[in-house]
Amino acid sequence: MKTSVFFGALTVAGMAAGMASAATLDDVKARGTLNCGVSTGLVGFASPDANGVWTGFDVGLCRAVAAAVLGDSDAVEFIPTTGKTRFTALASGEIDMLARNTTWTFSRDVDLKFEFVGTNYYDGQGFMAPRELGVSSALELDGATVCIQTGTTTELNLADFFRSNNMSYEPVPIETNAEAQQQYLAGACDVFTTDASGLAATRASFEVPGDHVLLPEIVSKEPLGPLVRHGDSDWGDIVRWTLNALITAEELDVTSANIEELAASPTDNPEINRLLGTEGELGAMLGLDADWAMKAIAAGGNYGELFEKNIGENTPIGLARGLNAQWTEGGLIYSPPFR
Amino acid sequence: MTDTSQSVAFVRTATIPPSPPPAMETGAVKWMRENLFSSIPYSILTLVSLYVIFVILSGVLPWIFNGVWNASNLAECREILDGATGACFAVLKERWPQLIFGLSYPAEEYWRPGLAFLLLFFAAAPVMFFDLPRKMLIITLLYPFIAYWLLWGGTIFVPILALVGVVAGYMVYQRLVAGSFAAGFFGGVATAFVIWYIGGLLIPEGASENALLVPVASRDMGGFMLNMMLGVTCVSLSIPIGIVLALGRQSSMPLIKWICVVFIEFIRGVPLITLLFVASVMLAYFFPPESSVDLFLRVVIMITMFSAAYIAEVIRGGLAALPKGQYEAADSLGLDYPQAMRLIILPQALKISIPGIVNIAVGLFKDTVLVSVISMFDILGMIRGPILSTTAWNGVYWELLGFASLLFFVTCYGISQYSQWLERRLATDHR
Repeated sequence: MKTSVFFGALTVAGMAAGMASAATLDDVKARGTLNCGVSTGLVGFASPDANGVWTGFDVGLCRAVAAAVLGDSDAVEFIPTTGKTRFTALASGEIDMLARNTTWTFSRDVDLKFEFVGTNYYDGQGFMAPRELGVSSALELDGATVCIQTGTTTELNLADFFRSNNMSYEPVPIETNAEAQQQYLAGACDVFTTDASGLAATRASFEVPGDHVLLPEIVSKEPLGPLVRHGDSDWGDIVRWTLNALITAEELDVTSANIEELAASPTDNPEINRLLGTEGELGAMLGLDADWAMKAIAAGGNYGELFEKNIGENTPIGLARGLNAQWTEGGLIYSPPFR
Repeated sequence: MTDTSQSVAFVRTATIPPSPPPAMETGAVKWMRENLFSSIPYSILTLVSLYVIFVILSGVLPWIFNGVWNASNLAECREILDGATGACFAVLKERWPQLIFGLSYPAEEYWRPGLAFLLLFFAAAPVMFFDLPRKMLIITLLYPFIAYWLLWGGTIFVPILALVGVVAGYMVYQRLVAGSFAAGFFGGVATAFVIWYIGGLLIPEGASENALLVPVASRDMGGFMLNMMLGVTCVSLSIPIGIVLALGRQSSMPLIKWICVVFIEFIRGVPLITLLFVASVMLAYFFPPESSVDLFLRVVIMITMFSAAYIAEVIRGGLAALPKGQYEAADSLGLDYPQAMRLIILPQALKISIPGIVNIAVGLFKDTVLVSVISMFDILGMIRGPILSTTAWNGVYWELLGFASLLFFVTCYGISQYSQWLERRLATDHR
């Protein structure tokens, strides 16, 4: 088996060796599929169903970009990455973009030579405690035992929070999220802390979710967003403005239901016309078709639709929009204008 | 009183029928008295053990027999159980293809890995049971190419070309080996590579598009199939490499000896998981994008190197256990080095090493789950990632991990039983 596989690999290597690394957009078009790095599985954000079809909030963004560039929201090769392999996969060119709830930090943006093109989910570290503990605020947690994943920023945030509030705590170090759930349910710790979206998903999987409360305090900023490699700004623009198109579509009430109608002919609203390509040359500026944004929005709906379908209040995860509401409704989701 | 017939002493004409042994000395009672309650401490231990078994079974059996097989998500399972203890086996029913074949192996092609698995038994049989006719070894030799074609699909020219290269290389080796081993070896390898290269140019581009079997990328393989593929490939490759390394380490030629020593000690000094990270992460930097060597192949190389180093040490132990007289006897018969090794030393050394080799093979097979950390979806990666991360099944642990343990147990127990049979079969001493 070794010889034959090796041989096959050699031929592939030989055929591809001459191919210089062209612009990512050209590569994607030539390949016919978008290589999108996602999580190996995160409730609501990226997970495959029984038929192996990926769904989720991050997956929706991959599909939107594929629809904008290639006109087909299924032309995506989902490449699962772990927390440890995600950055090398992107840096080595194995994937074209990474949509894997990655926190936008200074060092990742600058030192690791990536370009975060926006934020699609504003997360933050929160706490979950059993209802019978009778805690209503994280400030009442003095002396508590806390289940926490080791080696993450949550560990450092936790230390900062307790120190700045002059409280003491006893950490129960845990390796994986699954282990943390079991430990927490078994009563090994009073409180479980991780990103608020993860807490909500964890709570949803409990037998009696109502027995556990999410405390109101959010102790860190975790802006999660898609990222691309440094050095190919044209490609970065495409991913950035696809995300912005989804956000703008929600702001302008363009949904997957009414988009056909709105795109059929110019409407009274010039911004919708520019967005959907019935007016102006925005698509050509990106090197895409005029109806690129229309296809991206039609792929899975606008930002709000994606949110509601995958992680919103009607799903088992049941996340409220909160910070992720449109700026017009008091949230932080805000797109620069399409002009 | 005077009746003479009564005066004769009593003589019994029939034997006394055997009376049953005392109740305490027979059947289940005896067995229990001797084995379970032979003394007071033993009796206490027995009672405690019985209690522990009872507690475990009373927890596990209702869980298994109450199991829910028809539900579409965990919440529905809990609804059906309505507070009662019970497993949610519905997840296995829904996701078993993913657990066995991985996320995206095309469903209509599942017969191919199935057939490859079945053929594995035919290919392994002549190697494992040497009483079978030697002609069956032909199946073993053809198996890698057939299995490759079945699993990866695509054009049949690739495995055929690979086979032609191997056969041609072997023929060149046969021709040259009479002169010197090195000439034969390197000549054979060079011939094979030349044939592969020329043949590779001849295979038309896109030949795989309309091939008989749909091509499947390595990335689409996963589940227990991936564990089996890695385990079988790496074990079968690492045993010959291990033998070569062990012999090399004993060589009197300093260059060969030191290459082998450095290789073995370096690999043994590095954890497997580090090697896997090198395979997946570091090597990706060294190759230009799009042309990197298949991840499966990279992982196979790393795991093979790892287990070969360990197997080499086990075999070295076997070599060291042989009395010096065996080496001297071989020399005195006028055998040259390859003959002495092949006919006298290795058969005995390998026999001694069997338990150690099997130990490493079993360990290696279980270590294949480590590939889940480099985002390959083997059975454990499949459970931890995709399945537990769906909203439907988030929170189902015991059922999934239990299923994985069951598969591994069956396989590893089989390997272990085989090795015990092999030891009995090869026992030629008079213990």
